[in-house]
Amino acid sequence: MLGLEKKDFNLLLIVAALVVLAPVLLNPFPEGSAMAQFNAGYPDLMQRFVIFGIFAIGFNILFGLTGYLSFGHAAFLGVGSYAGMWMLKLLSINVIPAIIFSMLIAGLVSLAIGYISLRRSGIYFSILTLAFAQMAFSLAASVLTPITGGETGLQTNLNDPRILPGFLGGGSSADGNIPKPSLFGIEMTATYEISVGNWLWTLNWGYAICAVVMLIAFYISIRIFRSPFGLMLRAIKSNQHRLSYTGLNTRPYMLACFVISGMYAGLAGGLMAAMDPQVGAERMQWTASGEVVLMTILGGVGTLIGPVLGAGLIKYFENIFSKINKATLEMWFSFAPDWLEGILVSIVYPFIGKGWHLTLGLMFMAVIIFLPGGLVEGGKRIGDWVRGKRGKAANDGAEVKTPAE
Amino acid sequence: MGILEVKNVGKRFGGLQALSEVNLSVKENTVHAIIGPNGAGKSTLLNCLVGKLIPDTGSVMFDGNSVLGRSPHEINQLGISRVFQTPEIFGDLTVLENVSIACFAKRDGAYSLNAFGAVNKENDIREAAEHILDDVNMLEKSGMQASSLSRGDKRRLEMAMCLSQKPRLLLLDEPTAGMARADTNNTIDLLKTIRDRRNITMCIIEHDMHVVFSLAERITVLAQGTPLVEETPDNIKGHPKVREAYLGEAQV
Repeated sequence: MLGLEKKDFNLLLIVAALVVLAPVLLNPFPEGSAMAQFNAGYPDLMQRFVIFGIFAIGFNILFGLTGYLSFGHAAFLGVGSYAGMWMLKLLSINVIPAIIFSMLIAGLVSLAIGYISLRRSGIYFSILTLAFAQMAFSLAASVLTPITGGETGLQTNLNDPRILPGFLGGGSSADGNIPKPSLFGIEMTATYEISVGNWLWTLNWGYAICAVVMLIAFYISIRIFRSPFGLMLRAIKSNQHRLSYTGLNTRPYMLACFVISGMYAGLAGGLMAAMDPQVGAERMQWTASGEVVLMTILGGVGTLIGPVLGAGLIKYFENIFSKINKATLEMWFSFAPDWLEGILVSIVYPFIGKGWHLTLGLMFMAVIIFLPGGLVEGGKRIGDWVRGKRGKAANDGAEVKTPAE
Repeated sequence: MGILEVKNVGKRFGGLQALSEVNLSVKENTVHAIIGPNGAGKSTLLNCLVGKLIPDTGSVMFDGNSVLGRSPHEINQLGISRVFQTPEIFGDLTVLENVSIACFAKRDGAYSLNAFGAVNKENDIREAAEHILDDVNMLEKSGMQASSLSRGDKRRLEMAMCLSQKPRLLLLDEPTAGMARADTNNTIDLLKTIRDRRNITMCIIEHDMHVVFSLAERITVLAQGTPLVEETPDNIKGHPKVREAYLGEAQV
């Protein structure tokens, strides 16, 4: 189906199902219950899940396939966001030109940065990309203020030109407010709420569009992984030296891969601008570049679904785990006598709320040490264990064979 | 005129003159061995042929094209493949994928950014790769990860990768180093079969005289960066200069 092997097609179906059912799956707790604060099914966060999923999928095409670790991918995300914002301001409030242009501009920027950075490999490549990204961040925050809005950032305004005709989202809005990004009149913030019993599920247009784009991006990444191009990229990771003595020029492969990866980041940035039309330079900071590295490694480098899982997990932690406060803890431990409750709360407190980074760090260390293949390897081990329990002998040879199929 | 003409090649590493005035002419469709004691400059010479090193002086012509100044992938595309002293393979990939990559390089050239094809739908590549693997008796291992192979198998895989490109000149840098006797004999048989098809030129660097005298039709003896003699195997065995420089200690 769709040019995919059955196994890959099933994976695509699983991801599609997860994405479609996300508003339900992410809201497992009834409204008003004590656990309701762990519900992640609100539009803003769901959009972030899939947008960072796209970002990580693209990063994984570079890092997972070729082993080249870029520490500057946030630059492409930021460039995509700025490009998208300018299209929203200049062309139309319609998100489609914004998304397309953010990919194109990010592609051009990654072509330039990649052309220079790919002269080196290994740690030198990482440092070069980091340097470029920090340059981009500094430029955006200071010198390029006329384009980027400097530290205040870039927003849509009432008097933006928006030169395209009205039916394409140009012109000014009818009601005199700043128009919201839309798709042929459907605003990205348009939301429907469905309540079933005590549960409340939110369906949001912005999320729907991000989800469709993410599924397309995921599909393209599967095709790249299974293509001869993808095979050459994996060969670069394995032994670049041998590949050039086998008659292949590795540079165009690397550059193409870097640009594809940069365009994924640009796409993610464009979607961010389209969902929430304000961009600041902090989006390009090195911590943002580091975050996508964490997502990919946490989920599983070089696996198809790993980066998506990693992105989801980190964004969940960032938005949900960080909201647990002292009062919540006191409620959880209220079963214990007062003196014990005090001790328990003071032990757990540093790991929650603003301390969520600490928990994330510990989790990251645990994954690196015990599951070098990330969450996907964890899933695989559980799967093997279950199969082993059923009495089938674990077949080591079969695992090695899978990539060739 | 041979298919490979090396003229006056010299290479210096700091204070060491690794090669000086090397002249070598390899005739098409023959097996030419280069022997010599350790440090004689054999590997340096090979590195100059595949573009890993650029000689300070002299010229290297392959089939009328200068090799100098070309990058390794361009030289490979001219028709020169190399088997390395320590096997260079794609360890993370399967045996079949290793050979497939070589087949892709032969079919599609130095780069084809075929990002929307599917490797498993390239039936002609797969058939070609399996055919070569069958030739080197590795077909049943085609699904194994290359890094898990034994050293002898890694070498055979590397040879399969080179052969699948149907090179006009195959350079072999100690193809039997570190192999068990049985593996060595298998390799000799394999190379003999290839030689007897008479559509490939081979240039072998080897320490094992058994291998050299089983295969070579022409032997160049290199000592201290300069060729001493170039002769047929029979004449080499009795050559006084060679005995003095090299074979004096070897069991022939």
